[in-house]
Amino acid sequence: MAQSSQATGGLVSIPALLQRNAQGFGDKPAYREKEYGIWQSWTWKDVQREVDSLALGLINLGVNEGDFIAIIGGNRPHLYWSMVAAQSVGAVPVPLYQDSAAEEMAYVLDHCGARFVIVEDQEQVDKVIEIQDRLHQFQHMIYLDPRGLRKYDHSHLHEFRHVQQQGHAARDEFLPELERRRAKLDMTSTCVMLYTSGTTGKPKGVVLSNRNIIESAQNSSDFDSLGAGEEILAYLPMAWVGDFIFSVGQAYWTGFCVNCPESPETMMTDLREIGPTYYFAPPRVFETQLTNVMIRMEDASRMKKWLFDFFMAHARRVGPDILDGKPVGSFDRLKYKLGELFVYGPLKNTLGFSRVRIGYTAGEAIGPEIFDFYRSLGINLKQLYGQTEATVFITMQPDGEVRSDTVGVPAPGVELKIGDNGEVYYRSPGVFEYYYKNPESTADTKDADGWVATGDAGFIEEGSGHLRIIDRAKDVGKMADGRLFAPKYVENKLKFYPNILEAVVYGNGRERCMAFVNIDLSAVGNWAERNNISYSSYQELAGHPRVLDAVQAHVEEVNRSIAEDPMLSGCQIHRFLILHKELDADDGEMTRTRKVRRRIVEEKYNDLITALYDGSERVSTRTEVTYEDGRKGYISATLEIRDAAVQSGSTQKMAAE
Amino acid sequence: MNDMSTEGYVTPDGRKIGGVMMEMKNITLRFGGVKAITDISFDIREGEIRAIIGPNGAGKSSMLNVISGFYVPQEGEVWFRGTKRPQMKPYQVAQQGIARTFQNIALFEGMSVLDNVMTGRLTHMKTGMIAQAIWKGKAEQEEVENREVVEKIIDFLEIQAIRKTPVARLPYGLKKRVELARALAAEPKLLLLDEPMAGMNVEEKEDMSRFILDVNDEFGTTIALIEHDMGVVMDLSDRVVVMDYGKKIGDGTPDEVRNNQAVIDAYLGVAHD
Repeated sequence: MAQSSQATGGLVSIPALLQRNAQGFGDKPAYREKEYGIWQSWTWKDVQREVDSLALGLINLGVNEGDFIAIIGGNRPHLYWSMVAAQSVGAVPVPLYQDSAAEEMAYVLDHCGARFVIVEDQEQVDKVIEIQDRLHQFQHMIYLDPRGLRKYDHSHLHEFRHVQQQGHAARDEFLPELERRRAKLDMTSTCVMLYTSGTTGKPKGVVLSNRNIIESAQNSSDFDSLGAGEEILAYLPMAWVGDFIFSVGQAYWTGFCVNCPESPETMMTDLREIGPTYYFAPPRVFETQLTNVMIRMEDASRMKKWLFDFFMAHARRVGPDILDGKPVGSFDRLKYKLGELFVYGPLKNTLGFSRVRIGYTAGEAIGPEIFDFYRSLGINLKQLYGQTEATVFITMQPDGEVRSDTVGVPAPGVELKIGDNGEVYYRSPGVFEYYYKNPESTADTKDADGWVATGDAGFIEEGSGHLRIIDRAKDVGKMADGRLFAPKYVENKLKFYPNILEAVVYGNGRERCMAFVNIDLSAVGNWAERNNISYSSYQELAGHPRVLDAVQAHVEEVNRSIAEDPMLSGCQIHRFLILHKELDADDGEMTRTRKVRRRIVEEKYNDLITALYDGSERVSTRTEVTYEDGRKGYISATLEIRDAAVQSGSTQKMAAE
Repeated sequence: MNDMSTEGYVTPDGRKIGGVMMEMKNITLRFGGVKAITDISFDIREGEIRAIIGPNGAGKSSMLNVISGFYVPQEGEVWFRGTKRPQMKPYQVAQQGIARTFQNIALFEGMSVLDNVMTGRLTHMKTGMIAQAIWKGKAEQEEVENREVVEKIIDFLEIQAIRKTPVARLPYGLKKRVELARALAAEPKLLLLDEPMAGMNVEEKEDMSRFILDVNDEFGTTIALIEHDMGVVMDLSDRVVVMDYGKKIGDGTPDEVRNNQAVIDAYLGVAHD
């Protein structure tokens, strides 16, 4: 390549990194995918061949520089190559969430004006065909899996392999053009466009340049000294910035191997087989895994249960210190080694964490219990804080300074500042270029000096320099008596109980706080089974008086813990109810990344909120639900509302009532 | 009613159906004094999805058992690909390329899904029992080849996640799918499905319908099925045979059958004015 860049040694685009990897360690595995029960692998040389053929095929199909190519499907090596092939021909890859509703998909595809769409299989082909009348620029679709598509009209439909074959056949004709386009790429060219899941309003297209991706990948790889020997499992949605930075940015920068699971359902088995060294999962995944371990231990023989309890108690006491390299007595060390032999080692192996050197979690707050459980086993689980607009990294926890209540120190190259209203601002090489076709939002988010508002409220802890996040800045409000209202803070405390899957707290501008609760069907269901409580549905279990008792105990415990913090003591929950249905992305109540859309929930269940505040003991309601295939139905229920005990602080006005 | 030429025909959705694959000529089957099937003739063509419908006790399953060679009819002839079938054991019929699933699931409950599906390859294995027990050379190579076929089917039917799960632990809908997988593992020319959707919910039925269509489309397998759900039958099949009390009372495309008065009376109920 002709250009050079000081910082990254001429490696100014992902295709350039691919060329370096193919030359530097061409025979090392770059991708693996489990197919037909066997892990198939591709070396970096193979990958370059595949990407080149596809890139030539795309030119052959008429892709121009600056075109947008949408990519829809699960984590498949071929779809990752599609992104790099798109970049190679000067186009911009736009990965989309494959499970998004037709409506969302139509909006995004039309907004970016994708002329080409690359999809995984028939399901996505059907979805795009369904909405194609609304897409003004859409021309061609390329699919990976030909199954069930034989009878389709192929005038605008192409099979992935055929596109590659045609590209390969026309190699002599198009190679100079491909090389010309590839040579034009530099640090300022667009690397990828990712749509934010949109907790509020329509999704926004975040444009990230090669500089954003490559420098962020470089900085974060250095931070954790990631090398070419890492193994990761790519199982999170490709449309999410984290997957792009881990499975493309860092993978191409360091040359490590990306493993794709066989199907979403086999992910846990595949995780075990691969044994990644570098692993990312949202708190929910760790939570589910821990719940499963606990449920299975309940059913284990007494001897095993005793061993587990005995050594886990020891691990909780000394495990995190051993991991952090703090001094621990030699007897405790020996006991920990025994535990490793009998409990921790086999457990880590079952979970697929035997080889994890660095694990990260982010996106939501993780329960201290859960976090400590993994760390006490000797898994180096850390937290990071980031967002799409920052190309992931804002803060990260360095080894040895890991805690469950902070999100770490600024990542390399990141500057932080806290606004007057407590909002966190940052500036970094990863700061996005702009929102596509949305200059107003760009101006709202990013100021002239490059500072970006995160939308989160937080503070930097004195002494350690770690950032602590309290809540979304716009959700932090005031109670009627002027005390701070931070719903997320309370919700997270509730969600740390395995029985509680989701909670939504209300109280902004009111006298008292109220809460909706979703129970965790697998945890509560298991408890019900052991206690001979029969139930036929979520709704029935959620309305069971003993379930309500259990949740009430959790709420009261949370109230006691909140009362300890004078700043937030007003957020104690006075009354709550258990919702008759699980909050669901299909109903628009959550985003695809499973964050609650507060405003929509508030509007939809307005009758329930009224009932919480007017003191009634039960409330009847009827709710519309959307099934996965788009059909709609209704469920009706009568919900019991419970009062929870609150701690009266010195400033409590409630005491007077 | 059956006016298609011997050359085959083209379905409304554009699939080409070939010549006659299997022909049943004047079949009569008796159990002692009970006549299960009386003088029935029909054919199944290459690449076709052929349904056999009828009220309970009409003789549908008996008919399927005649096709699969499990019952030998007292009268009539079964012709398969141009030759008349002599007296045969069911496994010999299977070797001819006819595989089936059962109305009541007949899997090995204690074995894993993978092992169950592997049993479907039995007719394709040439090495003997002892060679397989020692598992050297040819037997090993053969196992690898067969496993490859089986894995493609597992992938096709999307049952990767339960590959190693014992069948006894699976829900009903998945067991049905495993049974289909085992039948497909034999790489049949003709696949017989005995009530593939009985006892399924709407979603499972939709999945199963898609798999049946995909099997036909992808492997070109001819399919004969018995089914009670009329909606499914009318959507899936190219031609339908209607039976009542062991007799054939209708034969033709779903539309023809739907408008056949005898069928409406016997099967779908007589309108009382």
